[in-house]
Amino acid sequence: MNFLRITSPHGHGPLTTTQVMQAVLLATLPGIGVLTWFFGPGTLINILFGGLLALALEYSALRLRDRNPKRYLQDYSVLVTSTLLCIALPPYAPWWLVTAGILSAVILGKHVFGGLGYNPFNPAMVGYVVLLISFPLQMSSWQAPRGLGEIPGVAESLTALLVPASYDGVTMATPLDILRQNKGLLLDDLYNNSPQFGQWAGIGWEWVNIAFLAGGAWLIYRGIFTWHAPVAMLFTLGLCAAIGFDSGSSESGGSPLFHWLSGATMFGAFFIITDPVSGATSNRGRLVFGALVGVLLYLIRVAGNYPDAVAFAVLILNFAAPFIDQYTQPVTYGHKPSKRDDE
Amino acid sequence: MNTFFNIHGGIHPEEEKHLSNPGTVLDAGLPQSLVLPLSQHIGKPSSLCVKPGDYVLGGQLLAEADGMVSVPLHAPTSGTVIAIEPRPVPHPSALDNLCLELACDGEDRWIEYRGCEDWRTETPESLISRISAAGIAGMGGAGFPTAVKLMARERLPLTTLIINGTECEPYITADDTLMQVDAAGIVEGAQILARILAVEDILLAVEDNKPAALAAMRKAAETAGEHCKVMTFPTKYPSGGEKQLIEILTGQQVPAGGLPADLGIVCQNPGTAVAARDAVCHGKPLTDRIVTLTGRALMRPGNYRTRLGTPIEHLLTVAGFDPSQNRRLIHGGPMMGFALESAAVPIVKTTNCILVPTEQELPTPPDAQACIRCGLCAEACPASLLPQQLYWYARAKDQEQLERHHLADCIECGACSWVCPSHIPLVQYYRAAKGMIRESKAEKVRSDRSRDRFEAREARLEQEAIAREAQRAARRAAAEKKAAAGGADDPVAAAIARAKAKKESAGNEESGS
Repeated sequence: MNFLRITSPHGHGPLTTTQVMQAVLLATLPGIGVLTWFFGPGTLINILFGGLLALALEYSALRLRDRNPKRYLQDYSVLVTSTLLCIALPPYAPWWLVTAGILSAVILGKHVFGGLGYNPFNPAMVGYVVLLISFPLQMSSWQAPRGLGEIPGVAESLTALLVPASYDGVTMATPLDILRQNKGLLLDDLYNNSPQFGQWAGIGWEWVNIAFLAGGAWLIYRGIFTWHAPVAMLFTLGLCAAIGFDSGSSESGGSPLFHWLSGATMFGAFFIITDPVSGATSNRGRLVFGALVGVLLYLIRVAGNYPDAVAFAVLILNFAAPFIDQYTQPVTYGHKPSKRDDE
Repeated sequence: MNTFFNIHGGIHPEEEKHLSNPGTVLDAGLPQSLVLPLSQHIGKPSSLCVKPGDYVLGGQLLAEADGMVSVPLHAPTSGTVIAIEPRPVPHPSALDNLCLELACDGEDRWIEYRGCEDWRTETPESLISRISAAGIAGMGGAGFPTAVKLMARERLPLTTLIINGTECEPYITADDTLMQVDAAGIVEGAQILARILAVEDILLAVEDNKPAALAAMRKAAETAGEHCKVMTFPTKYPSGGEKQLIEILTGQQVPAGGLPADLGIVCQNPGTAVAARDAVCHGKPLTDRIVTLTGRALMRPGNYRTRLGTPIEHLLTVAGFDPSQNRRLIHGGPMMGFALESAAVPIVKTTNCILVPTEQELPTPPDAQACIRCGLCAEACPASLLPQQLYWYARAKDQEQLERHHLADCIECGACSWVCPSHIPLVQYYRAAKGMIRESKAEKVRSDRSRDRFEAREARLEQEAIAREAQRAARRAAAEKKAAAGGADDPVAAAIARAKAKKESAGNEESGS
């Protein structure tokens, strides 16, 4: 009688990569929900359209690369990429914008490097940055939040996507824009003069961030990723903001709370920089990675040309990840902490 | 509860220990024949001292130790040696190895053996020779000759003996059972080993998932004085790894590339302690052991006292094997055991468990997915390695990075593979990479040696050339000197005269004939 020869270990833990990806998708739901509440169904439409497109592209790319599409589609990774990209896109984006973004993310960001696990950059952020550089106008027109402008319905959302020419939405500068362009007002006056500001940061945005924070906290609780990168990033972002706050003068860079709850901060901290493939890999490395993203994020927001900076900060640090890994190797059992072996 | 230290990583797989009902020893019976590999330990195979056709009694020497790192082998029952030939043995390589087949006569007659009167008055040397003569090799799994390990005392100052009753692998309950049924034997064995090692402290380490064994060990330890302590700590895999256990108990780490003895510690398995006690007090050689037969494909799982050499087929029959749902036969536990191709291999000194799971229990792994560097493996690694990095470097065959990431410190516990959400057989990559490095180091030694030889030859040839040149120069100098001294003596004229004389004498001979 012949038995199967398989190498040890013979048992296996309960978690699969498919489940990891599914958990990440699930954890985006609160954020997507709040986005939809404040800005209408545009984001949802983007996610659905982008998701279908991404699946089709992934399928074709796998076929072209002579891989078994069924087996690789099972990992859900392309849906994570497309969902994260579409969350970052402005709602009511035209179809070609979404398409260009998904194409860049899936093909340029992932498959040209060899597919899942081989991509040195975060694919969603590759897609986002390609769009931001190529179509700055479309990328920076963001729907006014509920209460400050009319929220489009589903039919209008579909029009915006499919027949962009006949769609006319209400867009408004985001709080990060307003702050960046502030030249003469004290922070308090700026808050009072601009209807976009809410309780702690921008109307809508503060709740969007809190929702992504909640989703991220759940993922850490589930053990999908560790706290190191997000906490380090939020810490340095808060620290930089505290230093640059300047007691709310006209030169102020905004308070830590404002930065934490504005733009893509929480989304970036828990859903973008936690991408394990393109980030640093050890816990110490993740601390360094997250901390540097936080610093860069603040610097680009305050001194750069773009209103938000998660995508740029992450891509730049993706370059640095292998380097960070090299210097943050944990101390192996039985080895001395300080000495480097290759010296 | 005693103090203990935490180790990095570790996992909590389903324990499944209840399956084999720890605490009861069943009898595996006497098979028709026993197959005894000559290599059941680390080191040189034992060398035969019987031949086919010989009748032997139980306990009789079949093969003796061949050199320092080797152990002898004894007959587990009476019968006739019917074959000596290569057979399949339980080894991950699945290669055949020289074995002796003993047809049991069913009478189970034994030689007389006798132990020493009182081990407390024996010298360590005589105790070691008794253990050595009994053929004892580490029974926890590695199979290192026990007597050799006990000689560590000659090299380093020792302080502590640890009896490793952790048994952290799921399913296995052989040590648990032994601790319940013969705690006194373990403690006495530990005292003998401690006397040999000249150490005072004995730590009996038991994970907290074995309350019955703990109670039995505590009771037995009471008689052994204050230096013999039972230590318990929370259940986690792989707490029973030697290095991990030492860190749990002492907070110290065995230096990389070193041995526990560097910290003054020696670890032994409870089964080894009992075997040492039997050898010293009764003169009994190691011919049987407790084997956990478990898994849901067995109708009667349990801990069976099994003679060495018993074919696993025989045990499967005894334990009621149901092949319908089974695809795998595992020698050892689910984490570090290796899969056997066939049940026609024998139980050896290191076999602590035969695991026969159903497909539902331990499913055949699916195809591996891509590594997403999630880092769960690094969280689980008890050696604080970065398995995800080692994986990439192993695939790239990047030897330099593998060494920089301390591949050699991987204990192959399998925790990384167990947690890997992509089902990547990580440990297998590390084994292959270690093999590659071993190979290339051996290759380097070989090429260094031939380079040295080549360079030595070149140097020698050069030396010879120089010597020849010097000789030639000396000759020339001497000749010139001579020529200068006797000016009339022109060498050219002399040579011509010599040639002339020779020609003339040749002409004379010719005419004379």
